[in-house]
Amino acid sequence: MINEKARIIKSERLADQVFSTVFDSRIAEPAYPGQFVMVGTKSDSRLLRRPISICEADREKGTIRLVYRAVGYGTKELSEAKSGDSFDILGPIGTGFPLDAAQDKKQIILAGGGIGAPPLLQLARALRRTGIGKDSITAVLGYRSMKSGLFLNEEFSAEVNVILSTDDGSVGTRGTVVDALKERDLKPDIIYACGPLPMLKAVKDFAADSFIPAFISLEERMACGMGVCLGCMVKTAGRDSHSHVNNARICTEGPVFNAEEVVL
Amino acid sequence: MNPENINTTVNIAGVSFKNPVMNASGTFGSGMEYYEFVDLNRLGAVVTKGVAPEPWEGNPVPRITETPSGMLNAIGLQNPGIDVFTERDLGFLSEFNTNVIVNVCGHSEDEYLQVVERLSDDDRVNMLEINVSCPNVKKGGIAFGTDPKELQKITAAVKRKSLKPIIMKLSPNVTSIADMAKAAEAGGADAVSLINTLTGMKIDIYKRSFSLANKTGGLSGPAIRPVAVRMVYEASHAVGIPVIGMGGITSAEDAIEFIMAGASAVAVGMYNFHDPSAMIKIIDGIGDFLSENHIADINEIIGCVK
Ligand SMILES: Cc1cc2nc3c(=O)[nH]c(=O)nc-3n(C[C@H](O)[C@H](O)[C@H](O)COP(=O)(O)OP(=O)(O)OC[C@H]3O[C@@H](n4cnc5c(N)ncnc54)[C@H](O)[C@@H]3O)c2cc1C
Ligand SMILES: Cc1cc2nc3c(=O)[nH]c(=O)nc-3n(C[C@H](O)[C@H](O)[C@H](O)COP(=O)(O)O)c2cc1C
Ligand code: FES
Repeated sequence: MINEKARIIKSERLADQVFSTVFDSRIAEPAYPGQFVMVGTKSDSRLLRRPISICEADREKGTIRLVYRAVGYGTKELSEAKSGDSFDILGPIGTGFPLDAAQDKKQIILAGGGIGAPPLLQLARALRRTGIGKDSITAVLGYRSMKSGLFLNEEFSAEVNVILSTDDGSVGTRGTVVDALKERDLKPDIIYACGPLPMLKAVKDFAADSFIPAFISLEERMACGMGVCLGCMVKTAGRDSHSHVNNARICTEGPVFNAEEVVL
Repeated sequence: MNPENINTTVNIAGVSFKNPVMNASGTFGSGMEYYEFVDLNRLGAVVTKGVAPEPWEGNPVPRITETPSGMLNAIGLQNPGIDVFTERDLGFLSEFNTNVIVNVCGHSEDEYLQVVERLSDDDRVNMLEINVSCPNVKKGGIAFGTDPKELQKITAAVKRKSLKPIIMKLSPNVTSIADMAKAAEAGGADAVSLINTLTGMKIDIYKRSFSLANKTGGLSGPAIRPVAVRMVYEASHAVGIPVIGMGGITSAEDAIEFIMAGASAVAVGMYNFHDPSAMIKIIDGIGDFLSENHIADINEIIGCVK
């Protein structure tokens, strides 16, 4: 794990309240799709770091990219920062999306609800690099509306097939990514998902009903990101490896879990 | 002054600490997770997360929320129980040249005593810290820590079972910390540590609900530091046994404030989350402070502010 002051080299707005920040960072080297970083604030009174997924890690350039919605103090501060500003970054943290689970699968679905899409972009690239063809992978991306703006969809299109949904139906299917999945009658062999909890529950149920594996990325309030505070728990179906009480740490055993193994 | 000639060793209940800095229980696991940032051999001690006779599930989530210069937590003492702990955590810690202080929790006197008995003759453990002050468990915990009579009674019961020196960890959620420190001393405690977290609450006004599933949580971080310094001062004046001070320590300067108020050693809690290398910086910073101010022995400044 690396703890460093990382310098911003690019910062841009992608959609309403959605921003992209690229850092010069040594974390690019060890980063694996689905892992995240803990970003510090500059405020002396906001002491907890903010967990944000790694959207892209470029080993050659030594950069990582975060794509996030500005919702509160930390994400707003980051969104207003300019090239040259530095932030404390700790990472890469957690397990990622297992790439080998997708080998030999014909219909691989990446389901990204809203601000859940970013970590799936790095996953899409990594899957392609393992030799899986574009035709075997479909990203189903859910947005609020055309008006609030789409983001990352073009970058996904360069790697995989893309299907869209919006809450108001202004583009693609009206509804969630699971609605879009059902409407197209796609027959997934495996699903990788990140997004709001109701969507992840729907993905978990869909996967169970279709007898296919699903790997979902979960969120919870985090204090340490190191596995020690025991703040970020999710209920598990079996005994967890740390406390042996059916409570896994999202920051350490997750954030990506086999949907079967967690109780949502 | 040459840093090599400075003494940073402190003695608490016959146990020698190479320096007065340790982590606060529950903010550092058993040190395993921090190996890339903190060489455990450099710490005065590692203080483990509270351990009970059986595994505890802890509270529902959310368990954590940020507050001004601090945080509220309601973990509820999730822990794997003493069997896994002695095998895994103590096995790991026995590899390092540092003191091991095991933090003990329970729902009843009997549960505390079960853990104490198990560890009493384990030579991988140097001291036991009895957490009678956790605000996040309904039974036990804080009940023993807010009534001086109960505190004295459980301290005496623990002392009868333990060959190890006993540190009683005191709650700040009391009217008189001096009375609580005296009760621990009267029960036979070898040292007291303070402060545990202050009970707090945060409300999410948009959801019209509590920010923590447990409704209340324990406040820690720099927000509580002035309260903690005052309580360390009062406790150290009330008793003859050593005091371990904590509450919002972020720097060597903060640590020295506690030491001057009367703490023989200090613990760093939530700030480990902010800066994983914090304890190493604090240890180095204390050395620099002593050297720059021509203080040959850290013991000279313990309680120097009367
Ligand atoms: C593993 C993981 C990966 C994430 N990846 C992304 C991402 O790629 N893009 C993105 O936009 N968001 C992501 N989030 C959510 C992101 O962490 C929160 O939006 C962010 O912490 C809000 O911080 P703030 O200072 O802006 O808000 P504030 O409301 O000021 O934050 C106050 C406190 O609450 C915590 N908090 C608030 N909302 C959340 C939340 N949803 N999840 C966890 N903690 C929260 C903050 O970390 C902070 O400690 C991720 C969360 C997790 C757990
Ligand atoms: C996440 C968290 C978990 C804690 N767990 C324990 C515990 O298991 N036992 C205990 O005695 N104190 C526990 N504490 C209290 C700390 O050890 C310490 O007394 C308190 O946080 C004040 O120090 P700080 O302000 O430096 O964090 C915990 C604190 C936090 C923040
Ligand atoms: S955030 Fe502390 S254990 Fe996961």
